Amino acid sequence: MAGEERDIKVVIEDVRKTYQGRTGEVVALNGVNLNIADNEFVTVVGPSGCGKSTLLNIIAGLLEPTSGRVLCNGQEVHGTGKDRGVVFQQYALFPWLTVKKNVLFPLDMRGIKGFAAEEIAMKYIKMVDLEKFADHYPKELSGGMKQRVAIARAYAANPEILLMDEPFGALDAQTRTQLQQELLDTWEKERKTCFFITHDVDEALILGQRVVIMSARPGRIKEIVDVDIPYPRNQETKMDPHFLELKNHIWSQVYQEYLEVRK
Amino acid sequence: MASDKAKKGGVSDKARNWMWLALSLAAAIIVWTILSVLPSTSRSFPNIIVVFQQIPVMIERGVLFKDIQSSLISVGLGYLLGFVIALPVAILMAWYNPFRRIVEPWIQFIRNIPPLAYVPLIVIAAGVGRKPQVIVITIATFLIMCITIYQGIINIDETLIKAARVLGAKDKDIFIRVLAPASLPFILTAVRLGASVALTTLIAAESTGAFAGLGMRIRSLNNNFETAPMLLYIIIIGIIGITVEKIIKLLERKLTGWQEKREI
Ligand SMILES: Nc1ncnc2c1ncn2[C@@H]1O[C@H](COP(=O)(O)OP(=O)(O)OP(=O)(O)O)[C@@H](O)[C@H]1O
Ligand SMILES: [Mg+2]
Repeated sequence: MAGEERDIKVVIEDVRKTYQGRTGEVVALNGVNLNIADNEFVTVVGPSGCGKSTLLNIIAGLLEPTSGRVLCNGQEVHGTGKDRGVVFQQYALFPWLTVKKNVLFPLDMRGIKGFAAEEIAMKYIKMVDLEKFADHYPKELSGGMKQRVAIARAYAANPEILLMDEPFGALDAQTRTQLQQELLDTWEKERKTCFFITHDVDEALILGQRVVIMSARPGRIKEIVDVDIPYPRNQETKMDPHFLELKNHIWSQVYQEYLEVRK
Repeated sequence: MASDKAKKGGVSDKARNWMWLALSLAAAIIVWTILSVLPSTSRSFPNIIVVFQQIPVMIERGVLFKDIQSSLISVGLGYLLGFVIALPVAILMAWYNPFRRIVEPWIQFIRNIPPLAYVPLIVIAAGVGRKPQVIVITIATFLIMCITIYQGIINIDETLIKAARVLGAKDKDIFIRVLAPASLPFILTAVRLGASVALTTLIAAESTGAFAGLGMRIRSLNNNFETAPMLLYIIIIGIIGITVEKIIKLLERKLTGWQEKREI
């Protein structure tokens, strides 16, 4: 497998998570095992409600697993940590802070202040092409711009692992494609370990080195597909015959699970 | 260019708003004048000139300023006290569930009782004078502000707290840097609703054997059917109310202009 000859960054070990629902216990995840290598880009697809967000929140330390454990850099995860950053689907920008102050927030939490902090913040605001909007409030930005700010903010925190929960899910197709390309370019430069959830098989394939397919509730890992398409990738990669072959395969697997949910 | 246009639009919008306001005022005066000549309503609505002639009359009697001052002190004190109690109680309710479970039903229960109903009990306990007036206004404003602030706090978007946490915020940072600014709009809404309740409770508050006050004077003028000064006093209460509301709205715009949408 792609990860074997590299250092292991994240170990997910036999994770199970149950919620207390109104009609009884809901098993969201059961027996999930996954290793993520250092610098790896892993994408996750699966039908709605299969526990993708739950898994991400457990890795982030926002949720405790019911049993099993997660290791980051060999350390068991309990609570959030500076080694892990999250980009949420709903942007989660602080509406009372300007773009720049949003990006400064994680720096402030790390005791980085003043000119040094400004410089880092502006570097990432430039990275997402928003320097003209540095002093704007989130309400003055489009959805795509808001998500760019959220990405810049996550980068400014300088995590080793970026966890992204359908970050482009609410965006139109064009903005989405553009942000995918930006994310790809950044990843190739910075090579941060990425764990990226999506509903979109195209997106999972264009970004990931491996695509994790999850099964319907209780969420389990159904299959892991190695995407042996070299980087740099771009939109033309989506026409590649091998890409289409993989896409068909993943799509049919996800569709099966979707039918499973409908039953 | 775009902002230029917006600015121009803004100015003419403002002018238009003033024009409509003037029109509204003119229409009100016309309606008032009609009411003052109709036989069935003329006794309750003396015409505008007669009413405003009451200003010097009431000053002469030495009551107008004393009444305004007394009411403002009662309202101000009660309102301030109501807020000072409501804020921590609302935070406690949002933070500690058993406390909420016990206290919230009380608040909802008392909130629906007109203050006039429990005034006698307060007078029996606190006597007459300033104290019962302040207590009545404190209770009424506390109830509305506490509920409003509590509702706001529990509706704070949880992802913002999660986001802060993953960005490295500790509990203290989350309280100061996230919960406080996120609840500011609701606190200001509460302040605005509280001001309105404070004034609408004035009559009840001053029926506690007050020696002066706008509400007390209206009741005493009523005993002699002096409708002209009564109407003047009613208008004064209205003017105070709208002025306070405008000031708070200005504050809201200054402090929470970052909000996506404005409510109520
Ligand atoms: N707080 C909760 N309480 C009870 N059940 C929950 C809770 N959170 C999630 N669940 C349930 O756990 C399951 C997994 O939820 P999760 O949000 O992880 O799914 P998901 O794969 O991210 O779905 P989507 O693709 O729609 O975002 C769902 O069936 C959901 O109903
Ligand atoms: Mg989800």
